[in-house]
Amino acid sequence: MAGKTLFDKIWEKHVVNNVEGGPSVLYIDRHLIHEVTSPQAFAGLKERDIKVRCPEKTIATPDHNIPTMDQHLQIHDELSRFQVNKLKENCEVNGITMYGLTHPYNGIVHVIGPELGLTRPGMTIVCGDSHTSTHGAFGSIAFGIGTSEVEMVLATQCLMQTRPKTMRINVDGELKKGVTSKDIVLYIISQLTTGGGTGYFVEFAGSAIRSLSMEARMTICNMSIEMGAKGGMIAPDETTFEYVKGREFAPKGEEWEKALAEWKQLPSDPDAVFDKEIHFKAEDIEPIITYGTNPGMGMGISGNIPKVDEIEKSSQKSFVKSLEYMGFNAGDAMIGKRVDYVFVGSCTNGRIEDLRAFTQFVEGKKKADNVVAWIVPGSKQVEKQALEEGLKEKLEAAGFELRQPGCSACLAMNDDKIPEGLYAVSTSNRNFEGRQGPGARTMLASPLTAAAAAVTGVITDPRTLL
Amino acid sequence: MPIDKFVTLESSCVPLPIENVDTDQIIPARFLKKTTRDGFGDSLFCDWRYDKEGNPKPDFVLNDPTYSGSILVAGKNFGSGSSREHAAWAIHGYGFKVVVSSFFADIFKNNALNNGVLPVQISDDFLNQLFEAIEADAKVIIKVDLENQTISVPSKNISEKFDINPYKKKCLINGYDDIDYLLSITDDIQAWEEKANA
Ligand code: SF4
Repeated sequence: MAGKTLFDKIWEKHVVNNVEGGPSVLYIDRHLIHEVTSPQAFAGLKERDIKVRCPEKTIATPDHNIPTMDQHLQIHDELSRFQVNKLKENCEVNGITMYGLTHPYNGIVHVIGPELGLTRPGMTIVCGDSHTSTHGAFGSIAFGIGTSEVEMVLATQCLMQTRPKTMRINVDGELKKGVTSKDIVLYIISQLTTGGGTGYFVEFAGSAIRSLSMEARMTICNMSIEMGAKGGMIAPDETTFEYVKGREFAPKGEEWEKALAEWKQLPSDPDAVFDKEIHFKAEDIEPIITYGTNPGMGMGISGNIPKVDEIEKSSQKSFVKSLEYMGFNAGDAMIGKRVDYVFVGSCTNGRIEDLRAFTQFVEGKKKADNVVAWIVPGSKQVEKQALEEGLKEKLEAAGFELRQPGCSACLAMNDDKIPEGLYAVSTSNRNFEGRQGPGARTMLASPLTAAAAAVTGVITDPRTLL
Repeated sequence: MPIDKFVTLESSCVPLPIENVDTDQIIPARFLKKTTRDGFGDSLFCDWRYDKEGNPKPDFVLNDPTYSGSILVAGKNFGSGSSREHAAWAIHGYGFKVVVSSFFADIFKNNALNNGVLPVQISDDFLNQLFEAIEADAKVIIKVDLENQTISVPSKNISEKFDINPYKKKCLINGYDDIDYLLSITDDIQAWEEKANA
């Protein structure tokens, strides 16, 4: 019999039972909630007159709707305020811990889980948010769910799930200078397309992945949903254990030793078989930027936008529509294109390493006058660390301002909207039409490419300034 | 929330031959501030459907009186992106009961099923035939038969089988949902918890 994959091991351990001819009932260890996708779930519970089964397994944080300035004041947008208050009320009534605005643990749901040690290897983790895949970087099965499913987890701590197929994506070799984990994942999505992972749970492996820090690994798993995958994961190793150890809710003492022994059993067996296996070379990857309106429309920054006849016939219409929205021509170079906004933040690239990389790059340089830049830490703890490390002063000296944590311009539910028709280089994960505000034009890239755009005012290959 | 029962549906349809329609297009984020499930139908495809002043854009299909019906026929890879169930609520709220495409994103598919909206996944070929049939006759009737898992255009004599998980099929036909089922097996869940904590 073939060995088991990391995915198999965790999945099998969490199956409560199998419905005949149907899905499995999967037990959920950790449930994260935020203000946008939970109110209707709580309302559903109330309608059915049932209680939350395990309140201690759910953690709440408001993040999507909140302002990134003056967080100590009342939220001025009435609907946002109502939604955030509703979360608080629902948590209080149901005995769920919530890290509200200004709480030292508040932040983007996928940033706080790992930094508090709530995210651990071997767990099943869900959240009413597609980027829950982030937590897979610890060797857990983590995926986004809809609100009806949030209600299921609250009510029963279980979900009905059809077992996905497994895919392993291997990236081997050494990354070139100026190339980051964000470029790896944008490259993979550009090769596989936004539907290339649909139906699969992806394990990222290979020497290039192994050599990444936990934060860089999170960036990769975060965006696995952008290729349609159910989730992404990376086998836990010393880097993982080192990161988890000592965090607020990580196991301690004897419990730690016990957990560690279990976690070491998790990696895929050498003879494990995946439904699909793909290989990439790290050397082939250069800094990537997107030119279109889905995350699969990415290209090496020094290249040119494809010509229409290079696109598959059935996709040409959508391709042309996309370029029209962006105001680009097929065949154009990206280098030198105008930039109006730079957004550094989100659950993809809003962690301390991202802020460090950006700051280091802009230190001693000046923000270009034509650029408005929003630097938004992913959580209160990231913000605190940025202050302690003096990043704030360095940013200010270069003409940048550090805002307060939240999802911010990643989905523009608060005031941080890119105005219609203007161009933004964003370290977030989605360049869909209107994602960063109605009519906004988004180009996804790494914090380094964002930094290069911020100081030059145009799309610039970061390697030329390193 | 009990879902609508679904058996067969015969209806004209609304064509949307665009690929990779993501949930940010189906319902933009700024409409997600509501705390109820209803009222999203008016904002379905908002940025394609209305101009800045809120006037309907005549060239968008939902504003074109030639097309109507409770079946949406869309291009490949429908519903990618955000997990927002609001997308399914908007489609349901507008009055669609079936979405047809040659490829669906996973989370959207689940969300649709959990709200009694049937995602029908067909081949690229059959999808093209449907688009052609609609182009030739905007009022052409499409028939979706869940029991037999077929989608057909009776006037053209073409049909195709589609897949659906047998459990989900039963749920739709009977109008019950996953929570009903999960609540019925709490003993099993408790047994699992006891074993895991042992
Ligand atoms: S930062 Fe963006 S992608 Fe991440 S949870 Fe917030 S809105 Fe979603």
